[in-house]
Amino acid sequence: MAIICVEGLVKKFGAFTAVSAISFTVKKGEVFGFLGPNGAGKSTTISMLSTILPPSAGDATINGFRITRERDAVRRTIGLVFQDTSLDDQLTAEENLRFHARLYGIPRATFLARKEEVLQLVDLEDKKDEIVRTFSGGMKRRLEIARGLIHHPAVLFLDEPSIGLDPQTRAHLWEYILKLKEEKEMTIFMTTHYMDEAEYCDRIAIIDRGAIVALDTPAALKKGVGKDIVTLTTSALRALKKELVGENIAFREEGGTLRIDVDDGEAFLPSLLRTLKTPLNTVSLRKPTLDDVFLHLTGRAIRDEEASKKDILRHAMRMRPR
Amino acid sequence: MRFIQTIYTIWQREIVRYTRAKARILSTLFQPIMFLVIFGVGLKETFAASNFGIDFLQFMYPGIIAISVMSVAIFSTISTVWDREFGFLKEILVTPTPRSAIALGKTLGATTIATGQALILLVLAPLLGITIALPSLFPLLLLMFLLAFALSGLGLFIASLMQTTENFGIVMQLLIFPLFFLSGAFFPLTAVPAWMGAVAAVNPLTYGVDAFRQVLLGGTAAHATLARLSLHTVSLDALFLAAFSCVMVGAAVIAFNKK
Repeated sequence: MAIICVEGLVKKFGAFTAVSAISFTVKKGEVFGFLGPNGAGKSTTISMLSTILPPSAGDATINGFRITRERDAVRRTIGLVFQDTSLDDQLTAEENLRFHARLYGIPRATFLARKEEVLQLVDLEDKKDEIVRTFSGGMKRRLEIARGLIHHPAVLFLDEPSIGLDPQTRAHLWEYILKLKEEKEMTIFMTTHYMDEAEYCDRIAIIDRGAIVALDTPAALKKGVGKDIVTLTTSALRALKKELVGENIAFREEGGTLRIDVDDGEAFLPSLLRTLKTPLNTVSLRKPTLDDVFLHLTGRAIRDEEASKKDILRHAMRMRPR
Repeated sequence: MRFIQTIYTIWQREIVRYTRAKARILSTLFQPIMFLVIFGVGLKETFAASNFGIDFLQFMYPGIIAISVMSVAIFSTISTVWDREFGFLKEILVTPTPRSAIALGKTLGATTIATGQALILLVLAPLLGITIALPSLFPLLLLMFLLAFALSGLGLFIASLMQTTENFGIVMQLLIFPLFFLSGAFFPLTAVPAWMGAVAAVNPLTYGVDAFRQVLLGGTAAHATLARLSLHTVSLDALFLAAFSCVMVGAAVIAFNKK
């Protein structure tokens, strides 16, 4: 069942087309990722879906509500975690949550129960009375996620959830996100330009220059690029080659190493190692990454270190002890 | 009901933030006292030598309160631009709440803080030899509230037109300071050139200063002197402020809705 249904969504800023007629659907309970480099149109798409920006053309429904005509209904049904911190850092964690809950018209008794629930989920129960200004970047992000959940949205939007966070915090954050998916059966729509982060998604849309260039599961996308590569090195090259020919295994010799292209490297390796009698020095398995997928589809690489000036500033803002 | 609750929620945030910012409270109290000490004491003797008919510190005091209302009201609402830069406004704008309730909550929050600040400054009155009659406290409070509301509306309207905090300085130079100095707080506007009178006539602060002075000094200064220094009746001042409030808050709500 589709919970998000996007039909020909377009956003133009003057002569510049940020998003050009994209269409896709997201299934209920899925973690759906938008992967692309900076400026590909990811945040613009989230802004349109969350009713912050009106689309230039096209429409979308979220949980059955049209983003162009039923804005308040859409707003009630979604939770949003922005790319930049959007907490009031002079209020305590609990006050931030209460403020949000009141604007969604959540009754006091319900709020008190849910507050416990969401704070527990993101491990911030013991910090609830502390002023947000004293929080680390990771704690702020977790609190924002808790805030985005307090009105029990059907869809949670995460815009670059781990930008400016250290790898350890990122890994933790993903624990929370996946826990949410399990426990709440929530649909999660996220954008990222981190390849490793996209791996957590059930399905990924790769977006480049405002258009979707591919949409599938991470595994299928990678499969589409090429086979897994097994590389063997040995001191007895001759013997190994002979043995491989005897076993009817196709290989290529590349500068003293032997390369074998297979569909399923993990399944192939154990049986290969059982069969071979020639002693090996090293064995390696390389699977195509989403980096390879992006390169294959666009002819360019997404690199994490290609962070724009704005990202660097963002990082500094998030980390700054205020 | 949701409308009122939204106003209350936004209002409460403003109040909580204000009470947390101790340095801000002190600095906003410091400014009016500094004006009073520097200008008041500096010019006191000069005016004493002429036939001004009233102690200059006493003359300035109501104006200083009005100025304090203005700076607090404008500063509190212009913080909306701050909210926008730090993303908090976005968080408010994606909630299913009417924009006009958000604008009204902001305006009322700033109004409350500015009125509170003015009330604190009333404790200076005995030090300056001013006696405030108990019955005049209620109209005084009402006038303070009206002036604060009008200027908060103006502040929010400016904020909704501004994109970044970088323009703070420009707004201060081009708007706030001229309104300060052409409000009748520092010198009477009864004998100024026509152009200056024209600016003062559209300056909401003028009406606040004029009304505050008549109510505050009613029990201290000679009636004739006070009448000579005043521009309008208190009720006319109040009427102007009420009308100005309606226009400004309305404009701010409309500007906010467009966002």
